[in-house]
Amino acid sequence: MINSQSLSYKAAFLLIIKRDLTIAFRHRDDILNPLLFFVIVVTLFPLGIGPDSTILSRIAPGIIWVAALLSTLLSLDRLFKSDHSDGSLEQMLLSPHPVFILVLGKIIAHWLLTGLPLILVAPLLAVLLHLNENSYGALMLTLLLGTPVLSLLGAIGVALTVGIKKGGVLLSLLVLPLYIPVLIFATSAIDTAAMNLPYSGQLAIIAALFFGSLTLAPFAVSAALKVSTN
Amino acid sequence: MWKWLHPYANPEVTYHFTGKLMPWFSALAAIFLSIGLVWALAFAPADYQQGESFRIFYLHVPAAMFSMSIYFAMAVAAFCSLVWQFKLSDAAASAMAPVGATFTAIALITGAAWGKPMWGTWWIWDARLTSELILLFLYLGVMALHNAFEDKNLAGKAAGILTLVGVINLPIIKYSVEWWNTLHQGATVSKLGKPSMTADMFWPFLMSFLGFAFLISIIICIRFRTEILSRNSMRPWVKTLLLPSTDSTSPSAVGEK
Amino acid sequence: MLFENLDLNICAGDIVQIEGANGSGKTSLLRILAGLSLPFEGDVYFQDKPIAQIREQFHQNLLFLGHLAGVKGEMSAQENLEFNLALHGLDSSSAEETLSEVNLLGFEDALASHLSAGQHRRIALAKLWQSRSPIWILDEPFTAIDKLGVKKLEQLFLEHANNGGCVILTTHQDLSFDDDRIKKITLTYQFY
Repeated sequence: MINSQSLSYKAAFLLIIKRDLTIAFRHRDDILNPLLFFVIVVTLFPLGIGPDSTILSRIAPGIIWVAALLSTLLSLDRLFKSDHSDGSLEQMLLSPHPVFILVLGKIIAHWLLTGLPLILVAPLLAVLLHLNENSYGALMLTLLLGTPVLSLLGAIGVALTVGIKKGGVLLSLLVLPLYIPVLIFATSAIDTAAMNLPYSGQLAIIAALFFGSLTLAPFAVSAALKVSTN
Repeated sequence: MWKWLHPYANPEVTYHFTGKLMPWFSALAAIFLSIGLVWALAFAPADYQQGESFRIFYLHVPAAMFSMSIYFAMAVAAFCSLVWQFKLSDAAASAMAPVGATFTAIALITGAAWGKPMWGTWWIWDARLTSELILLFLYLGVMALHNAFEDKNLAGKAAGILTLVGVINLPIIKYSVEWWNTLHQGATVSKLGKPSMTADMFWPFLMSFLGFAFLISIIICIRFRTEILSRNSMRPWVKTLLLPSTDSTSPSAVGEK
Repeated sequence: MLFENLDLNICAGDIVQIEGANGSGKTSLLRILAGLSLPFEGDVYFQDKPIAQIREQFHQNLLFLGHLAGVKGEMSAQENLEFNLALHGLDSSSAEETLSEVNLLGFEDALASHLSAGQHRRIALAKLWQSRSPIWILDEPFTAIDKLGVKKLEQLFLEHANNGGCVILTTHQDLSFDDDRIKKITLTYQFY
């Protein structure tokens, strides 16, 4: 009666994405809160620095990207916390499907619910901050390539801290240093675009970070989840 | 080929072995540090451009070099622990972390102290100092994660995963910070790097470098041995070592059919 | 330390009950057998291979039910069961009829957040009826289940074991099997 059948990666992947999206849509707060946080944080800067449009447009790339980092951080908690506390995570770790596929599915679902709305709202915020007109394309492209990296690297941090009480505070310490390369290259690309210079080099590096984390992060996350559910 | 290492997988053997190393490390540290630091801080020639304040270089550069190398050593230990399940590697990694963090802090403080006479400010966002600051965060993250777990084995595994993730990211972070620094280079050219060294600078540097190396070794040895004892506290050899008589009551469950 | 020098052999057809006072390590032992927790020293073997090396194969042959039901409040009972079945490589289209085995017919479309803990338990147990895994590791399966349900489960366990599977469980209740049908492992405190 021993079982051995091969199961489709694609089926497992889609199964998890469908489930996470279903749960999120029935719990809309989880999607809206980080988005609102993103908008509010960006709004705070002109209030704190002054409405001078030359200054604002100079620092707009940095503000938008730092706000994106922070709101992603805020939303990461949802990735594994509820599954950990009701026992679903255990069942996923015991599934015959490889854990990295399930993890990848969860992370991509997370990005669809967090990164994608950020990307859609960003141009609006860029207007508020008087971002240089030439930079809009760079802004969208860096966010498109960069926000998945934030979800992937952030997932490692959440996976390590999901079993710890008050792990959220520790999460920022763990994850923000890892976000620094993306931040540096993204803001540089946007600045370079403002001067009408080519920024494909910076984009290429962000793309490299994306593919690197896409292939490596799920394994780190799986290892971390096994430790956290021990 | 690695057969000669096999006995050292036993904590007791390693404990006694490192115990034998300790007096040597202490002696060498004392010798090299006293010669090196006195030579460097008092007798080595002052720099042509920077004057006496250059002497902080003899503290700053070794500290920065060790802050990096200790992190790499931790990453190697984490790798051994995760791949081959060596419990001793876990102990080694957690012994090394605070030492590395301290030396990163020393590098930052001496860097700032160097900065004040050089550029007039206590902090400058140059590539080296910024990387050291981020490295400090990586160290603190590993230490905080380790402390958040009650079970030392799980703590070691989690901290190990984080260390490996950090070590892969470290070159990327360093590269991006250096690149960022060249982008935003202002009028002040900030170079905390090693200038070309003449012979009368090289020897005191080497002495203090070796002195710090042995100092770090002895501190890590002490911490490592303490970790071994605390992780193996249930074993009889630890009990005989620490307690005058071995009669302790502890509850435990034993399975029987 | 919870236990040491534990040497267990569990074969097809066994029903193994792990007994012991609260806190004596029953759940920890089950989790180690399932591969969720790592023992400080020692290994778990399935078909003579350590489970860490044959992870996928071992999981195809294992069904584990822990203290937590693994039920999401935002999904309905049926959706939960469909997901659980698909997660373990089983046919999810049989979810609705399986719910009737656990007396949840009529509750298929109710959101799990509106259901009781006992009903969550039953959603989790439902997959036992579709499972093709020979090894069942169950931690307190009878919690919040009524007498009729307990009888039904016991019947299921007996059938499963007689068909060549094995059941490893912990429970505070007395099982109504013959004494020679069950193997008992007792974990006790020892002071020394």
